Amino acid sequence: MARIDLKQIAHSYEAKPRGDEDYALKRFDHVWQDGGAYALLGPSGCGKTTLLNVISGLLAPSQGRVLFDDRDVTELTPERRNIAQVFQFPVIYDTMTVYDNLAFPLRNRKMPENEVRARVHEVAEMLELSADLGRRARGLAADAKQRISMGRGLVRQDVAAILFDEPLTTIDPHLKWRLRRKLKQVHERYRLTLVYVTHDQNEALTFADQVVVMNEGRVLQMGTPQELFEKPSHTFVGYFIGSPGMNFLACDLVGEGARVAGHEIRLPPGIAERARAHAGPYEIGVRPEFLRLNRGGGDNALPVTVVDVENLGNFQMAAVRLDGRTVYVKLPEGAEVPAEQGSLDLPPEWTRLYADGRLVE
Amino acid sequence: MNKWESNRAWLLVLPVFVVVAFSAIIPLMTVVNYSVQDIFGPGNRVFVGTEWFREVLSDYRLQDALVRQLIFSGLVLLIEIPLGIAIALTLPARGWRASLCLVLLALPLLIPWNVIGTVWIIFLRPDIGLLGVFLNSVLGIKFDHTAAPADAWVSVMMMEVWHWTPLVTLLAYAGLRAIPDAYYQAARIDGASAWAVFRYIQLPKLRGVLTIAILLRFMDSFLIYAEPFVLTGGGPGNSTTFLSIYLVKLAVGQFDLGPAAAFSIIYFLIVLVFCFIFYQALQNVATGDKQ
Repeated sequence: MARIDLKQIAHSYEAKPRGDEDYALKRFDHVWQDGGAYALLGPSGCGKTTLLNVISGLLAPSQGRVLFDDRDVTELTPERRNIAQVFQFPVIYDTMTVYDNLAFPLRNRKMPENEVRARVHEVAEMLELSADLGRRARGLAADAKQRISMGRGLVRQDVAAILFDEPLTTIDPHLKWRLRRKLKQVHERYRLTLVYVTHDQNEALTFADQVVVMNEGRVLQMGTPQELFEKPSHTFVGYFIGSPGMNFLACDLVGEGARVAGHEIRLPPGIAERARAHAGPYEIGVRPEFLRLNRGGGDNALPVTVVDVENLGNFQMAAVRLDGRTVYVKLPEGAEVPAEQGSLDLPPEWTRLYADGRLVE
Repeated sequence: MNKWESNRAWLLVLPVFVVVAFSAIIPLMTVVNYSVQDIFGPGNRVFVGTEWFREVLSDYRLQDALVRQLIFSGLVLLIEIPLGIAIALTLPARGWRASLCLVLLALPLLIPWNVIGTVWIIFLRPDIGLLGVFLNSVLGIKFDHTAAPADAWVSVMMMEVWHWTPLVTLLAYAGLRAIPDAYYQAARIDGASAWAVFRYIQLPKLRGVLTIAILLRFMDSFLIYAEPFVLTGGGPGNSTTFLSIYLVKLAVGQFDLGPAAAFSIIYFLIVLVFCFIFYQALQNVATGDKQ
């Protein structure tokens, strides 16, 4: 177990990177606390796997240092760093039994066979593999294979961290929750540092204490699922987290408020003042969950045209047009939706202001 | 679905029947026809039952040729399979170097078989051949594949290995490239040695292509004819007379069509049985559950 520090890390797959765009990971600092469960969330190609491979040592970063508990491990191999990694596709040793698969990392480290047996049985018990220990690993289902890959990490008691690279991709939906629950149990029992890469926000939000959102080689925000939801620090985070994502509307600053499509709305006190210190363009962002749709009037409202209402069982999703842009509003089941013209209520406490994509706080 | 429609399916497989009939069944039946009759001329033949079979089975020259053939094919597999894998492991994984290596490796496979025999005759000649002169004059080892049976065997083996190992290499190379990187990464994390990576990742993943390689190399080497025929003509003496060379002597040289046909059928069955055994064995290696 270890705290992992990334200091001024950057990586490019090009031998001679010319500009920023050649970097798969752009320079940044980051700390993964010991025993934390982190999810690394972002769209495909945003640098998640690169970052994971830099931590595990499969990839040497072009720049920067990697520290485990203040020890510089940048030059060390994955084996010496003592890290475990679970890959997208289950990696098992086909010709070995489940037992031999789990024992493999220990035998490679020349552990005495009686200790190997004790460790393997303990981990197999934990991962519900005890009954299958004598079987060939290749005959098992995908989720059992993923548990074996995880087990090969867990058998090493002193493992610094376990890294997961989209481990549920190939698992059937009905088995996903089982494996995810197993992951949580493993985390609670061993208190290992877990870093979990995914592009599925539900997976990230249910699994992790802290979610790290990445895009285009940058870490945009780290926070609890609640923080990401309520205070996205970047428009991308707002858009990426949530279904549908945050609504963004271009605006100008007017006194203490903002002007959106010719209408003035109020903002939380002091925000507009602070926003002037940053360059534009300015946008306001509101989650569909916090918007309200009325027949008319309203306190902090914008006139809109209702385009479409979808009933999704326990809630309704309304799409409204405002100055050529579509805004989504999530309404409770049975709430009355105006037929055509309505007014959109923006609660000031849930209205965020962004300057050039970044949250103004 | 009415009966006509379900029966119409048979019509769809008819072309295959026709092709198989002309390519395999009819030629094979001709051989069967010869093997059970003594034919003196058109309309003049006698049914002899299993006489030809008994005759060829008790023929000591045939038995010798069979032993020779088994040793030859055994050596071919023992040398070419490990060597082919070893070369495949050392080839670069990608880039122009990989392409270059593959093209160079494939060259022997592109040469007509009888030309290969001719190339090696010249290559081995003690007076003008590159290898022959090198062995005889530079190293002072007396080497003549036309005089000493051992030299003839070494020559045929060298030629065979040079000619066909690239096929094994190409197959193994394709198999190796198909292994996802994650396996190697997992092995690094598990602290596996290079040998363990080979033993537990590469070799099991190569099982499919190696099955093909072993079957192909066994069949081809068991049926080998052109190259040794050109290089040694089956000699010196009978030392490199393999089954098919003997078969051709029997059928074309002596015009003993009956025994030759009987022998052909036995030959065919031997190849079939061996291939079946190899295939089953290789399948069981991977799927055999210890429970």
